[in-house]
Amino acid sequence: MRETYAIFEKEFKSFFYSPMAYIVIAVFTALTGVFFYLYLSNFVEAAFMDQIRAQQYRQMPQRFNVNIMLIRPYFWNIALISLFTLPTITMRLFSEEKKQGTVELLYTSPITGVQIIMGKFLAGIAFYIVLLIPTMLFQALLFSYGDPEFLPVLSGYIGLILMGSAFISMGLFISTTTENQIIAALGGFALSLILWVIGWGANYAGPTLSPVFDYISIINHFEDFAQGVIDSSHVAYYILFSFFGVYLSLKSIESVKWRT
Amino acid sequence: MIEVNELTHYYGLKQAISNVSFKVKKGEILGLLGPNAAGKTTTMRILTCYMPPTGGTATVGGYDIFEKSMDVRKITGYLPENPPLYNDLVVQDYLEFVAKIKGIEKSRIKEEVDSVVEKTSIGDVKQRVIGKLSKGYKQRVGLAQCLLNNPQVVIFDEPTVGLDPKQIIEIRELIKKLKGDHTVILSSHILPEVEQTCERVVIISDGKVVAEDTPENLTARMRGSERVLLEVDGEEKIVKDTFTSFKDIISLQVNKSGAGHLKVVVESKSDLRKEYAKALVKKNIGLLEMQVDKVTLEDIFLHLTTKEEEV
Repeated sequence: MRETYAIFEKEFKSFFYSPMAYIVIAVFTALTGVFFYLYLSNFVEAAFMDQIRAQQYRQMPQRFNVNIMLIRPYFWNIALISLFTLPTITMRLFSEEKKQGTVELLYTSPITGVQIIMGKFLAGIAFYIVLLIPTMLFQALLFSYGDPEFLPVLSGYIGLILMGSAFISMGLFISTTTENQIIAALGGFALSLILWVIGWGANYAGPTLSPVFDYISIINHFEDFAQGVIDSSHVAYYILFSFFGVYLSLKSIESVKWRT
Repeated sequence: MIEVNELTHYYGLKQAISNVSFKVKKGEILGLLGPNAAGKTTTMRILTCYMPPTGGTATVGGYDIFEKSMDVRKITGYLPENPPLYNDLVVQDYLEFVAKIKGIEKSRIKEEVDSVVEKTSIGDVKQRVIGKLSKGYKQRVGLAQCLLNNPQVVIFDEPTVGLDPKQIIEIRELIKKLKGDHTVILSSHILPEVEQTCERVVIISDGKVVAEDTPENLTARMRGSERVLLEVDGEEKIVKDTFTSFKDIISLQVNKSGAGHLKVVVESKSDLRKEYAKALVKKNIGLLEMQVDKVTLEDIFLHLTTKEEEV
C-alpha cells in the first residue's frame, strides 16, 4: 500500500513538473469553457425569446429546465473532450519510464507489478479529477444564478470519473506497450474512439451482434449518468472495464519482463 | 554471497550469455570485464531480478532469484548503465521516492537520504532539478539511489562511462570505500579501472566466461614478453638494423609518424630499454620517446582467445 502510494504521489507530482500538464489543463478548460458559454448563451437566448413571445401573445412563459437544456448536453460535451484529452495524460504513464530507462529502477525495486500499475492508474484518475474542477466552477455559476437540481450534476460527475477511469486504464495499457509517447497517445485515442463509435455500428449489425456492440460502446453507458440516473449495471460496466484495462497493463509489463 | 550457476539467456534466437558461472565472496569487489555486447549487462540484469534467465540459477545473499525475488531486490542496489533518473524531479524528491519504493520506513527516510547524499557528496545540488545536472552529478545521483537502504550487494553497470577523468577518479574512490561492508559487482571494459578497484576479475567474451582471476595474475600472464613503444628521428634502414642486432627481439615494426619521425614497436623476451637507448644514441639517432606498452583489455582478449584456440 505504501509503495502504491509512493508511485501515485511521484506520478501525480510529475504531471505538474512538466509543462504538458498545464497545456492540457489550459486546453481542456478553454474548450469546456467555450462549450459552456455557447450552451449558456443558447439557453438564455431561448428563454428570452420565449418571454418576448409570451408577452406578444399574452401567454404564460414556459419554464425552461436548466438540467435538461444545459447541463445534460454539457456533460456529453465534457465526455467527448475527455476522449481527446485523456490519451495525452496516459501516454506518458509508462512510455516515459521506458524511454528514460527508469523501468530498470522500478523492476529491480522490491515492489510488485500490481503496485506500479495501480499507483499510475490512480494518479491518472486523480489528474482527471483536477481537470474537471474548472467545469465544476462553471456549473457552480448556474447554481448562483438559477436553481438547477443538484443530484443530476453529481451523478454526471460520477459518470465522468467512471468513464474517465475506463479510458485511463486503456490508455495505460497502450502506454505499457511502447516507449514512444506519440504512439501511446494515438493508440489510446484510436482505441477510445473505436469503443465510442462502436455503438453506431450496432444499427447496421445483425440481430445477434447489435446488442453486443451496443453494450460494448463506452458512451452508451454514460447516458443515464448525464440524466441523473445511477444504474448499477453501468457502474459495473465501467468498473469491469477499468479492471480489465489494469489487468492487461499488468500482463503487458510482466510479459515485457520475460521477453527482454 | 553471490553464486551464479550456468546462467544462459536468449534474446529471441540470439544467445546473449551461455553457461556463465562465478562466485563472489562477502565484502569482495568483483570486476566483470568484457567488450560491448559481451553479456555483462544481461548477467547483471538477471542478478538484479530485472528479468529471469532462460536457463541456470543464481542466488544473491542466499536468496534464489526465482523464488525469493523480492528478498533479492531488498538487499541489492543496482546502478544501470544509464542512471534511472526522473529528469523532472528535484534530487531530494527523487531520492525520497526511491527510498519509499525500496520499503524504507518513514521515520528513517530522511536519515537514509542524508547519509547517501553525504556519501556521494551531492549536498550542493540537492534542491536542483535532475534534468539540469551535469553528467557527473547525474551519475552520482544514480549512485546515491543505488546505495539507499544500505544494500549488502551493490551492482554497477559501467559506472564511469562518459565521465571526465577527475570524476572517474572520484567515483572509483567511492566504490573502493564500499569494500568490506558491501559486496560489489562492477562491469567495465577499461582494464586499468578494474585493476585499481577490483580484487577479482571475470572476463566475459561472447557470452562466455573466458577467465577468472585477480587483476595481478591476469596481467602477469600477459607479461610473457616486453613491448616497448619508441619514437625516433633517423633513417629507417639504420633504425631497423639497430634493433635487429639484438638477439632477444621477437618482433619489430617500424612506421612513419606524422611529423616525419619513426614509430617503432618492439617486442623482446627481456627488458632491453637501457640497451635500446645506448645503441640508438651511439648511431646518432634521435631518441624522442620511449615507453612500455601498457597491457590493454584487447591484448588480454587476444591472448586468451588465441590460447584457447591452440588448446
